[in-house]
Amino acid sequence: MDTKLEIAKSEPIWNTNNRVISIIAGLIIILFVLPLFGMNSFYLHLFIMIFMHAVMAQSWNVIAGFSGQISLGHGAFFGIGAYATSFFYMEYGITPWISIFFGMFVSAIFAVLIGIPMLRLSGHYFAIATLLIGISFQVVFQRWDLVGAASGLWVTMTPEDSWSALQFHSSKAPYYYVFLIFFLITFFLVWLLSRSKLGYRLRAVRDDPQAALSLCINVSNYKIIAYVISAMIMAPMGSLFAQYILIIDPDRVFNIEISIIVLLITVLGGIGNVWGPIIGAAILVPISEYSRIYLGGTGGAVDLIFYGLILMIICIFRPNGLISFIPKDILERKKQR
Amino acid sequence: MTSEIIIQAIVTGLMMGLIYALIAAGLSLIFGLMEIVNFAHGEHLMLSMFSSFWLWSLFGLDPLFSIPITILLLAFCGIITHYFLIRYILKAKMLIQICATFGLSIFIRSIAQLLWTPDFRNVDKPLLEGRIEIGSVFIGQPQLYASLVCLVAFFGLYWFVTKTETGLALQATAQDRHAAEILGIPSNKMFAIGWAIGLGCVGVAGGMMANYFFIFTDVGINFALFAFVAVALGGFGSIIGCLYAGIIIGLVESLGGLLIDPSFKLLYVFAIYLLVVIYKPQGLFGRY
Amino acid sequence: MKILTVENLSKSFGGIHANKDISFDVEEGSILGVIGPNGAGKSTLFDLITGFTKPDAGKVKFFDKNIFGISPDKISNLGVGRTFQKLKPFADQTLLENVMIGAFVKEKDIKRARDRALEIIDFVDLIEKRHHFAKELSTGQRKRLEMARAMAIDPKLLLMDEVTGGVDQKTIPGLVELVKKLKKTGVTIITIEHNINIIMEISDNVLALDQGKRIAFGEPKEIQNNKQVIDAYLGTFDAA
Repeated sequence: MDTKLEIAKSEPIWNTNNRVISIIAGLIIILFVLPLFGMNSFYLHLFIMIFMHAVMAQSWNVIAGFSGQISLGHGAFFGIGAYATSFFYMEYGITPWISIFFGMFVSAIFAVLIGIPMLRLSGHYFAIATLLIGISFQVVFQRWDLVGAASGLWVTMTPEDSWSALQFHSSKAPYYYVFLIFFLITFFLVWLLSRSKLGYRLRAVRDDPQAALSLCINVSNYKIIAYVISAMIMAPMGSLFAQYILIIDPDRVFNIEISIIVLLITVLGGIGNVWGPIIGAAILVPISEYSRIYLGGTGGAVDLIFYGLILMIICIFRPNGLISFIPKDILERKKQR
Repeated sequence: MTSEIIIQAIVTGLMMGLIYALIAAGLSLIFGLMEIVNFAHGEHLMLSMFSSFWLWSLFGLDPLFSIPITILLLAFCGIITHYFLIRYILKAKMLIQICATFGLSIFIRSIAQLLWTPDFRNVDKPLLEGRIEIGSVFIGQPQLYASLVCLVAFFGLYWFVTKTETGLALQATAQDRHAAEILGIPSNKMFAIGWAIGLGCVGVAGGMMANYFFIFTDVGINFALFAFVAVALGGFGSIIGCLYAGIIIGLVESLGGLLIDPSFKLLYVFAIYLLVVIYKPQGLFGRY
Repeated sequence: MKILTVENLSKSFGGIHANKDISFDVEEGSILGVIGPNGAGKSTLFDLITGFTKPDAGKVKFFDKNIFGISPDKISNLGVGRTFQKLKPFADQTLLENVMIGAFVKEKDIKRARDRALEIIDFVDLIEKRHHFAKELSTGQRKRLEMARAMAIDPKLLLMDEVTGGVDQKTIPGLVELVKKLKKTGVTIITIEHNINIIMEISDNVLALDQGKRIAFGEPKEIQNNKQVIDAYLGTFDAA
């Protein structure tokens, strides 16, 4: 008896699969050197979009996948981030590097305000509330003159490339590295989160709130924490996106399509799994970008038809996403028989 | 501001509210039966308005006469939805259920956009036209009849659910599907019936609204949002609660639009939702 | 020392009294068995004590602290653990992860929480199943999982709802032994149990409920001979 316990205790808490680690390290190195080999601006753009969407989906994954609460208006935090950065830069000349944090802060406050009443209740109340929020933000910003109402904000362009203003006109490569670094940091932090005490407790809240309550877990507080973290991951992507395209308007950054695509990427890749959003983004973003090229202006609707269809098919046949095709022991949890 | 304007807004809100009530009742019936929120409810409403429009534009059938066809089409659509999507996700987690119906809503809306473009359409010169004047209050005829038909349909639904044998079987399934199955009530059939009736309600509302409302592919979004709010206000699964909740929403929308700013009517409804969820989370009227 | 004192606890749902004026107390280190026919209000009583349902009236004291109407997470934090009649494991997580979530209450560090969880899993004899997902375990194993998870928060009082309910006959003796072993660790136990022989065997005191009311409270022997209990519940009583 004791020996079995001793053996169990001597096991590492996480199994480290050296092959997987070296593959990931190799991929990171490749991502860093890739632009040096003269990627054209389309491919740079493609990768930037993959990084951005992976982080956005990861944000959604934290609230939906970890704590089990469905947000259908997550685009709101993207828009807040975008507007915060551009507005403070244009009005007060504050560098985006600082105003990114304003965006995160404002998003966090909204998450708390929305979360406190809604997350005490069953998931449907929250889902409906977030749907309303997503659209409300769009409506308000369309009519808010201070931030340019429907025509939005046209970010003042610097004459040349500038790291302090986070604007690069001659090449997309600097953007590539900025997004890549945010992407890596976010994934590392969320990966840590998933292995922390907080991560364990969030999964408990997701799987059975009642049982979680019996284990001293204040369920609504934990949901709110997850929502705040999620909002704070989303906002910087809005900020960076605003710097990337340098023009933002309500229809672009508060579009319901943003809320849809983060959900789709996560569900497609694997909800509740740290790697799910990467897989989802790596598959879906190229499809979406290529269809935009080949199907031209009408591409938007065709995209969405496929999104809707994929979402239903995944929900029916593979509710754990594409990642469930990869055996579990390779990635995270080991299981001994 | 004169009292006439306020009375006018109340009448308008009341008429709109009855339509919201019927749309929400369909949603609530489905939720009560299987704890699934149909996030494609607005798109189903859009389909019913378009079917009414095409029956008029292709066959010259007035929306008033095409109502039975619209109801049947939507009921059929409900059965298809159940058969191809819902029955696979009955046992899935809520998360997956929400994603699935949300996926359906995206799918229907974007197909509609591809087929019919996002243009605004309307039915020219329907039989129901013009307005009546009572004192200084104007009431549009199509609006009036739409709300009356919705009210009748609403009570028809209520009667059906509480008095008929099928309705009682639906209620039994809603309360405990396993116990109901032991009593010989096939839950799968009940679910299909629930979807047929739930979307049939939307067929009535959409068909009547085709008389006077602009018809476009995004038309359902606001209606669905208001219906979600109505269901939460009325108490998830309660049908009669939807009537009061629908009227409240209609009034808040039109009075808020009159007294503050019509472009923010979504926000007033949202505010009501927040207040109710904070102070009376079980809904205003409880279940059944 | 009384670990739990319940006085005139009442709860009604839409006019129906689920629990009415229930009073009893529990001595530290003892086992209290709760019996009663289906619908007698046993599980409701558990929900009222652990805060999952808000009571209408009465008093609930844990040691000297009033826990009437407090939220379940706070009550569990004071040292009241529970299991559920309808089992509620974290299905998509392994047994070890299930118990670790409880162990985090006492141990902040992940390694120490893991070790603590392993010790408890060993205590409930499931060490070899530690990496199995909860949904893959048998009902009896899941009962052990719930007990282990509740123990991981280091409770002074443990409420167990139907330890032997829904498992096959061969599994029952092992679970009963586990409850006895648990008592030896010094934890106080309240258990709902349908099997009257088991109740008589393990309990120091028995609380009998019928239609939401207390019909008897005392030592197993007294209960066995109480006429009201026999009428309401036992019917033909196979004296153990």
